[in-house]
Amino acid sequence: MNYFPDEVIEQVFDYVTSHQDRNSISLVCKSWYRIERLSRQRVFIGNCYSISPDKVIERFPAIRSLSLKGKPHFADFNLVPYDWGGHVYPWIVAMAKSKVNLEEIRLKRMVVSDESLELISSSFANFTSLVLVSCEGFTTNGLKAVAANCSLLRELDLQENEVEDHRSQWLNHFPESSTSLVTLNFSCLKGEINLAALERLVARSPNLKTLRVNRAVTLDSLQKILSWAPQLMDLGVGSFIHDPDSETFYKLKNTIVQCKSITSLSGFLEVAPYCLPAIYPVCSNLTSLNLSYALGIPASELIKLIRHCKRLQRLWILDCIGDKGLEVVASNCKDLQELRVFPSDPFGAGNTVVTEEGLVAISFGCKKLNSLLYFCHQMTNAALITVANNCPNFVRFRLCILDPTKADPLTQQPLDEGFGAIVQSCKGLKRLSLSGLLTDMVFLYIGMYAEQLEMLSVAFAGKSDKGMIYVLNGCKKLRKLEVRDSPFGDAALLADPGKYETMRSLWMSSCEVTLGACKALARKMPMLNVEIIDDSELTVDEALCGGAPVAVTADGDDKQKVEKMYLYRTLAGPRNDAPEFVCTL
Amino acid sequence: MEGDSGDGEACPQLELRLGPPGGGGGGGVGGREDLWALKNAACSSKNRHDNPPLVLSFGYFPTPNQYSPGYPSTISPSQHQRVPNSFKESQRSEMQLTDPKGETFSETTAPPTSSQKRTAPAPVVGWPPIRSFRKNISNTSTNQAKQPHPHTALESQNKRNLENEKPLTVKSSAKEKSLFVKINMDGVPIGRKVDLRTFDSYEKLSSAVDQLFRGLLAAQKDSSAGGIQSKEVEEKPITGLLDGREEYTLVYEDYEGDRMLVGDLPWQMFISTVKRLRVLKSSEVSDLTSKLPYKTVLIPCKTIL
Repeated sequence: MNYFPDEVIEQVFDYVTSHQDRNSISLVCKSWYRIERLSRQRVFIGNCYSISPDKVIERFPAIRSLSLKGKPHFADFNLVPYDWGGHVYPWIVAMAKSKVNLEEIRLKRMVVSDESLELISSSFANFTSLVLVSCEGFTTNGLKAVAANCSLLRELDLQENEVEDHRSQWLNHFPESSTSLVTLNFSCLKGEINLAALERLVARSPNLKTLRVNRAVTLDSLQKILSWAPQLMDLGVGSFIHDPDSETFYKLKNTIVQCKSITSLSGFLEVAPYCLPAIYPVCSNLTSLNLSYALGIPASELIKLIRHCKRLQRLWILDCIGDKGLEVVASNCKDLQELRVFPSDPFGAGNTVVTEEGLVAISFGCKKLNSLLYFCHQMTNAALITVANNCPNFVRFRLCILDPTKADPLTQQPLDEGFGAIVQSCKGLKRLSLSGLLTDMVFLYIGMYAEQLEMLSVAFAGKSDKGMIYVLNGCKKLRKLEVRDSPFGDAALLADPGKYETMRSLWMSSCEVTLGACKALARKMPMLNVEIIDDSELTVDEALCGGAPVAVTADGDDKQKVEKMYLYRTLAGPRNDAPEFVCTL
Repeated sequence: MEGDSGDGEACPQLELRLGPPGGGGGGGVGGREDLWALKNAACSSKNRHDNPPLVLSFGYFPTPNQYSPGYPSTISPSQHQRVPNSFKESQRSEMQLTDPKGETFSETTAPPTSSQKRTAPAPVVGWPPIRSFRKNISNTSTNQAKQPHPHTALESQNKRNLENEKPLTVKSSAKEKSLFVKINMDGVPIGRKVDLRTFDSYEKLSSAVDQLFRGLLAAQKDSSAGGIQSKEVEEKPITGLLDGREEYTLVYEDYEGDRMLVGDLPWQMFISTVKRLRVLKSSEVSDLTSKLPYKTVLIPCKTIL
């Protein structure tokens, strides 16, 4: 390959798009490293603290697309304190200063300030794409800046962010000249928007393919919007309540029939069951359906709807569909690849709306299933073994039993055998989340069989350090391990310090790990940041009862247990934006 | 499934798994020695169950009296933690069933059916693992008829677990959810949160602030003088938060970020606009005048008609 001029090699590299592949080719030799780095346009940083923005820019001066992830995954479940970090602002500042031609920013679990958004909108002339997933820290004022200043904006995709509404009328700030939108998703916004402005915006955006609106968009506004955008492929409905006998509703039904390109439907943040039949005409084309926010639809209506959706590949639904409803899914949706069943009443005693039976039915009917997130009240080993036999193609298998240490109700046994069957059968499994009563045995199985496993989530499981050691030893491709409330301690943590340099991160909370062990690990592995997190903010009641906060510092007693530890490999050293309740050892 | 036939397998299992050091990197010879040492330790410490680490590790046994210095609180911000029934049972049976030689592989069972009744699992921090965003949707959906609270988004983000702890069956008192706001005090690095719905007047708020921060402030003064925290440092009550005459004054920030003195608005109006509280040194508050909002204030007036 060294006989070819660089330009030729670069052309070849253009066909190599995945991040992992590009990382691999950059390791081949010095000249490939150089050619690759100068031509890389899309950069993905899985942990924003693993490297400094300046180093990224230095290595990849042609960067056009930056993807960053910030907080650890368990932040989604409130285990990470609010001010832990994950700020994007320093990255934007560095990019702006160095004048890279940034066109796309994709962030997940990061803190994004209005300042950051304003800086983005004013620094990058060719900016086209902003995707924020599970982020927070910004308001509609920041959105106003993006709308007003990013004249070439094609994609504004806000997924499940916490956005403060400052009544900024941000939608009005898209200039009349803005006609380039392809994707607009503001479903997570809680406030009001100017419906007329939205309708005008849609009307002048002929390339709009994805539109997901928020709850403030009423059904009759939706009707007007759809009449302007029959080319839509991905629709997220806001409020779907109306008098079904009204003229508006009649018009809506006719408008929907014209939308022959819709293949993805979501939203229904507010919905009345008697309005659902309006969408039946598009169901036969649907490949993706997300009804997981649609509370209040009885199982019977859901089932009627599903019967129309023969081409579904992805289904996100609430557990009120019930086991019977899942049987209908199994018999109707033969192409189903991804299923997520969310709990409609997470803290209730559960009149067992969804149990192992629903999952088993799915496994018999949907042989192509490769991705699962399943919240249920109980699970049995027999069911898991059946599922494993029926569906060997799982790439992601996440089971959440609402009572986290519940045994197999038929046999009272732990669920080790069931999960063991899953990892043994699904040779391509990359992501696994465990729940239910589990001993060290399940980890032995995971270590032995889950050769492709990249991410493992553990809660209330295991009996001893051996459990974690099995996993660390066995799963060669492990990148992320997150553990809570499990009896893994110092021996497990220190069993193989070098392993953590092959991984992105390790989270351990409410385990048996002591401060001394964390310190020892940090000493031994200078390329890791070992963070101890303690945020003992108390409620008024606890304060009044005489409770006192305790801040964990490196000066504490080595034998004390560490409540939350997060470690990750990094080239950037200890971060300088850590709040007072985070101590990097 | 091979390998589960009792105690003799325990150590060989471990040997089998201890192949080349995990990942190859960083271990080296030293690493391998560590692993072998671990294996020997594990094999010989057949008495693991003597000191049951399991009882202590899970963090949700309420331990209100264990706030000794240096011991991080292992409980969440709720005082109503209970271990799920089936979990407790399994702990007990675990300890009964382990024998000196063997290990815990296949012996652990939960006791039959006593825990099979349909009780809701006790609320545990961050469990079930649902994003707060999704929980908020379900909360606001059940209150569809009402105007969404302006702070629902922020507060539910800020609440951090507290919604987890409450079962969704609402208590007999008003349908209002709690309203937690952060409160920080000048000179005290650790902030607090208060639920404004537990108060109905400024006086109660003021007194709660005093109780919250009195001890912390004393500790702060003590530590800045270089001492170890001791209870002998005098804890002065924090008074006069509302009138600006004492050392500290209570201010609040609304959702627009403006800082204003606490006490001018009717209480209900106050809690609908407050986003955050601060206790500032009165000397720094002098330039803040008490602001009445410019929006029209609706004063209930019986004689309107």
